[in-house]
Amino acid sequence: MSRLDINKTYKLFIAGAFPRSESGRVYEIKGANKKFIANPAMASRKDLRDSVVAAKAAQSGWANATAFNRGQILYRIAEIMQGRSEQFVDEICALEGVSNKAAKIQVAEAIDTWVWYSGWCDKLSSVTGSLNQVSGPFYNFTTPEPLGVVAIFAESKPSLLGVVRTLAPVLAGGNTAVLIASESYPLPAITLSEALATSDIPGGVVNILTGKTAELAPWVASHMEIDGVDVAGLSKKQEEELKLVGADNLKRVFRFAPTNNPERILSFMEQKTVWHPIGL
Amino acid sequence: MSSFEYASAPESKAIANIASSYGLFIGGKFVEPKKGKSFNTINPATEELLSKVGYADKLDIDAAVKSARSAFTKVWSKLPAKERGKYLYRIARILQERAREFAVVETLDNGKPIRESRDTDIPLAAAHFFYHAGWADKLEYAGVGNKPKPLGVVGQIIPWNFPLLMLAWKIAPALAAGNTVVLKPAETTPLTALLFAQVCQQAGLPDGVVNIVTGDGITGAALVNHPDINKIAFTGSTEVGKAIARSISATKKSATLELGGKAANIVFEDAAIDEAIEGIVNGIFFNQGHVCCAGSRLLIQENVSDEVIEKLKKRMSLIRVGDPMDKNTDLGAINSKEQLKRIHEISNTGDAEGANRWSPECKLPAKGYWYPPTIFTGVSQSHRIARDEIFGPVLSVLTFRTPAEGIEKANNSMYGLSAGIWSDKGAKILWAAKQLKAGVIWANTFNKFDPASPFGGYKESGWGREGGRHGLAGYLASDAKASK
Repeated sequence: MSRLDINKTYKLFIAGAFPRSESGRVYEIKGANKKFIANPAMASRKDLRDSVVAAKAAQSGWANATAFNRGQILYRIAEIMQGRSEQFVDEICALEGVSNKAAKIQVAEAIDTWVWYSGWCDKLSSVTGSLNQVSGPFYNFTTPEPLGVVAIFAESKPSLLGVVRTLAPVLAGGNTAVLIASESYPLPAITLSEALATSDIPGGVVNILTGKTAELAPWVASHMEIDGVDVAGLSKKQEEELKLVGADNLKRVFRFAPTNNPERILSFMEQKTVWHPIGL
Repeated sequence: MSSFEYASAPESKAIANIASSYGLFIGGKFVEPKKGKSFNTINPATEELLSKVGYADKLDIDAAVKSARSAFTKVWSKLPAKERGKYLYRIARILQERAREFAVVETLDNGKPIRESRDTDIPLAAAHFFYHAGWADKLEYAGVGNKPKPLGVVGQIIPWNFPLLMLAWKIAPALAAGNTVVLKPAETTPLTALLFAQVCQQAGLPDGVVNIVTGDGITGAALVNHPDINKIAFTGSTEVGKAIARSISATKKSATLELGGKAANIVFEDAAIDEAIEGIVNGIFFNQGHVCCAGSRLLIQENVSDEVIEKLKKRMSLIRVGDPMDKNTDLGAINSKEQLKRIHEISNTGDAEGANRWSPECKLPAKGYWYPPTIFTGVSQSHRIARDEIFGPVLSVLTFRTPAEGIEKANNSMYGLSAGIWSDKGAKILWAAKQLKAGVIWANTFNKFDPASPFGGYKESGWGREGGRHGLAGYLASDAKASK
């Protein structure tokens, strides 16, 4: 008799731990071949709130880590993912129904995306800050600082790359994140959280929820401690609704072209300008 | 000991030459509003009528946007960048030439002391045009990619506290980046914007590149909601800023919002106290406190609090309140009856909630809108005067024991526009500057502005920056962003 596989229980990732949804709810994920794959957790409003609490608590530690340190940690994520490549490839194949070759390309690109953003961490001020030549005896400089807690609606497809290219820039800028995985293709996000858990990234810096996008989006929109949102995974209508309600605390809401760009980092940063007189 | 009294030193009104009425500036010409409506603008220091200005409604806004669109597609976007820059240089020079006239009109319409309009508002406005003129043909070095493109037609709405300066903050970068604009000045201070329209004519600026529409909040809303606007740039209250964010939530319009503030001005025990006193006074009483980044929450380290408050009161007794046209005046008129009412309303909650009010003895003129320089001591963080933007010459004083507590109190606000730090220790200043959640930090100075220096807030103080390279980027299209 052939050996029976041990299937993975896909749970949430909050504050560095892997809890089930407090709601006790799950939903069924089928593969491209229509066969059952998993019952990931269906996160509730409470799970979202817990995630924001964790992200908020982790914020100053992550923001005040040296940029070099943050860069090394993002690079470490790439190292861990490299070791788990096959697992990601299998999941992408099963979910998206793409060829093994295409899945491998996607995984490689996702890993390289971490490396690319890792290298940005300690260059942001040099490239995007400024020493301003004001007309008076003042030392005046502008430098980017993290926004705070950023919520991310990950793109559905490519299922792994869509998570990484939205998450990596948010972390590179020193923000903490609550990522809501794609409703239809959530598994690579959860497997990524297992890589994150062993990558030196402090608990709470990244929180990953699976569940129903339409249910969670309004709670993200109205949460007053979420400072920015990447709406990659939302429909146009959902994005509009989120912007309408998100105006209550002037959330910074963006949708980016599917490319890597430092603007993905900077959009979730604030520019701070400091003046000091020069003189005896 | 006898003291020397100041003799009055009035600036002349004669140079102002204000017309009895003004139309809307659309397509390079002054035109009557389609429905022929107008409203009065008065001198808040005397309540005398200055002029009647056109009231723009939806139809007029539509005409202005059409004119801006046509100028954008047919003229402005086709002009070599170098030539675009030259128009801005011309405008800067004409503003400098006519600086005295502009200063007088600004003071008459706004109520601010002539010393401030003459030494701050007008020179800075001209400097903004000169600075941005130089950007026009260097956009590819602005850090937004190799082929930066303008956004198109920009709708701009400005407040009454720095009328011409806010106009310059809006129009100069927009034009340098290659956009055309429709600008609505504030209801109570339209005159320098209309004078600026004449400057555009003198500079030979192509028709329709700048359009000025006067009106009220309804006029502004019509501009925000016009379907052919690509971007909104707004300076004003957080309340209206949020309403604008909601209005554009289902559109492709982008926005820069410069909104309210409740800046903490932090005095550490090792501060040079006399310098700090000057900074505190400048922080809250500059422009009658009608400043979004005013240092309206004074946080003093407890062990120097008595000394600071005593010296502050002494210094406040020397503030000269009165005729804005007098060159010796420090504190002018409150801009409008409505604003005066609001200052009374919020300040009165300070008394009701148990804070201690103090003002120096000062005679306020019988006519016009006036409020004495005022401080409240014994203020706690939950008091309304410690939370809400008063936008007047009213300072709330709080104390703290440790630097960490000072920072925590400073950051305890929905706003994050600016903050002040007073200390003689370099390491402490840089530490505090890093901890403060605010877009502009003034260390051992306050209320300094410059075209090269980005300005704008964290949190609910707004979106984006104005000034410097970062402000310019807000008027250029980004190829990293997408829309569905």
